[in-house]
Amino acid sequence: MAFKNESEVTWKDLEIGSIVVEPGSADQYETGGWRSQRPVYDNTKCNKCGLCYIYCPEGCIEQQEDGYFEPNLFYCKGCGICAHECPKDVITIVEEEG
Amino acid sequence: MAKRVGMEVSLAIGEAAKLAKVDVVAAYPITPQTHVVEHLAELVADGELDAVYIPVESEHSAMSACLGASAVGARTFTATAGQGLELMHEVLYVTASMQLPVVMAVANRALSAPLSVWGDHSDVMAVRDTGWIQIFTENGQEVFDNILCAFRIGEDKRVLLPVMVHLDGFHLSHMIEPILFPDQSEVDKFLPPYNYPLPLDPEKPVTMGAFAPPIIYSETKKAQEVNLAAAKEVILQCWDEFASIFGRRYLPVESYRSEQAKVLLLTIGSFSETAMVAIDKMREEGQDVGLVRLRLWRPFPTQELRQAVKDADILIVFERALSLGGQAGPVCSEVRSALYNEDKKPKVVNIIGGLGGRDVTVAGFEEVIKRGIRMARSKQEFEIFGVRE
Repeated sequence: MAFKNESEVTWKDLEIGSIVVEPGSADQYETGGWRSQRPVYDNTKCNKCGLCYIYCPEGCIEQQEDGYFEPNLFYCKGCGICAHECPKDVITIVEEEG
Repeated sequence: MAKRVGMEVSLAIGEAAKLAKVDVVAAYPITPQTHVVEHLAELVADGELDAVYIPVESEHSAMSACLGASAVGARTFTATAGQGLELMHEVLYVTASMQLPVVMAVANRALSAPLSVWGDHSDVMAVRDTGWIQIFTENGQEVFDNILCAFRIGEDKRVLLPVMVHLDGFHLSHMIEPILFPDQSEVDKFLPPYNYPLPLDPEKPVTMGAFAPPIIYSETKKAQEVNLAAAKEVILQCWDEFASIFGRRYLPVESYRSEQAKVLLLTIGSFSETAMVAIDKMREEGQDVGLVRLRLWRPFPTQELRQAVKDADILIVFERALSLGGQAGPVCSEVRSALYNEDKKPKVVNIIGGLGGRDVTVAGFEEVIKRGIRMARSKQEFEIFGVRE
C-alpha cells in the first residue's frame, strides 16, 4: 500500500489544511466494509449480457477472461442493484455472516 | 514617503487592498460595507488595480469564490457585514479548515430581526469558532494597517489561515479620517508576493477538503487547533516588524492608564476611543480607573489578558453583543473563563451596550463604570445598558 494506514496517521503527519497530496488515494478505501449482504452469481444461467457491470453504482464488477462477471468485494457495498437488474436471475443476494 | 490623506475609512480599506496587490476580489455589497466593494470595483474598472473582480450573487458565493481563488494561489480579498457574514457561515469553516489565507474586512453590523443596518458585534460573535484569525480595530489607521498585516500573517508559511479585520459599521466604516498611506515600495518590502505551498495545479494534483471518516477527523481538528493557537507568535512578530518599519505598534491586549487601577473597563472595537476620553475625565477627577482593550479576538490572548487585569479588584466587561440565554456576553464569558483558575483575579461584571448602532457617549461610559462598580458590590453580574424601562 502506497499510503500510511489511517489508523497510524497522527495529527502531525497531516499536510497543511489536511490536503491529500497523492492522487487516486480513494482506491485505498475499502467501501466493502459497509456491506451487510453480498451478491452470489450462478453462472449456469448467465448469458454474459453485462447489465450487472453497467448498472453497478460502485463500478466494482469486472469481466473475467472467460466472459463471466465478478464483483470486487473490496469495494462492493452489497446494494443489490445488480441482482435487481439481471434479466436471467443469475445473482442472489445473501446475508454476510459473522 | 508616507502621505497623510483624509479619506472615508471604507475607501482606505480598498486602497489597502490595492497596495497589497490583491489578485482577486469576490464580494457582494451590503450596508455598511458597501463603499469598500464599490471602491474596489472602481479601482479594478479604472485599471488602477490589476485584479479580477468577481461580482457574485450572494455572500455564500463570495466566500466560495474567494476560497477557490486562494486555493490556486491568488492573493484574495473580500469584505462583508451582518447578514452577509452569516450567509457565508459554512464556507468560513471550510476556508479556515483548508488553510486558505483569504483576508476579509468586516464592517460589524447587528443581526435581524428586527432589521438593523447599524453596528454591533452580534455578527462577529456568531462566527467566533470558525477558525479564522480575528483582529479588532479602533480607528481608520488601525484598519488600514491591519489589512496589510492580515495578508502578512495569514500568508506566513507557519500560519496559512484566513484573517478577519473587524471595524465597527458606520461608527468607523463611514468616518472620514486622516490616514497615513505608505509608498508602494514600503508595502512591497513588508508584504512579499504570496506563494501558497500546495496550490491546485493540474501538473501536481492535490485533493482539498477531502472526506474524513471518524478515524482521521479528530486528528485534522487537533492540527487546526494547534496551528491557530501557534499563530499568535507570528502575529506578535508581524506587529513588531510593522512597528519597526511604520512606527505604529499593535498588541493583542492593549492597556490605557491602567497602572495600579483598582477598577478596569474592558472594551473591544472603536468604542474604546470614546471610553479613553471617559477614563481621562475620571482620572482627572481622582478616580482609580483604567482601560483594557482586546484587539486580538482569535486566537484568544489568554496570558496577555491575565497579565493585564491581575491587579484590579473589579473588571467591567463592556461589549456589543448578547449571547441569548447564556450567562454573559461572548467576550465576558471568554474573559471569565480565562480568569477562573487564577488565584489572583478581579471580580468580573458584564455590561452589554451599543446594540444595533445605539451610541455610547463619554458620559455613557462614565455611567457604565459607575454602574459596574455598583454591580460588583451588589453581586449583580449582568446588565443591558441604557434600556428604557
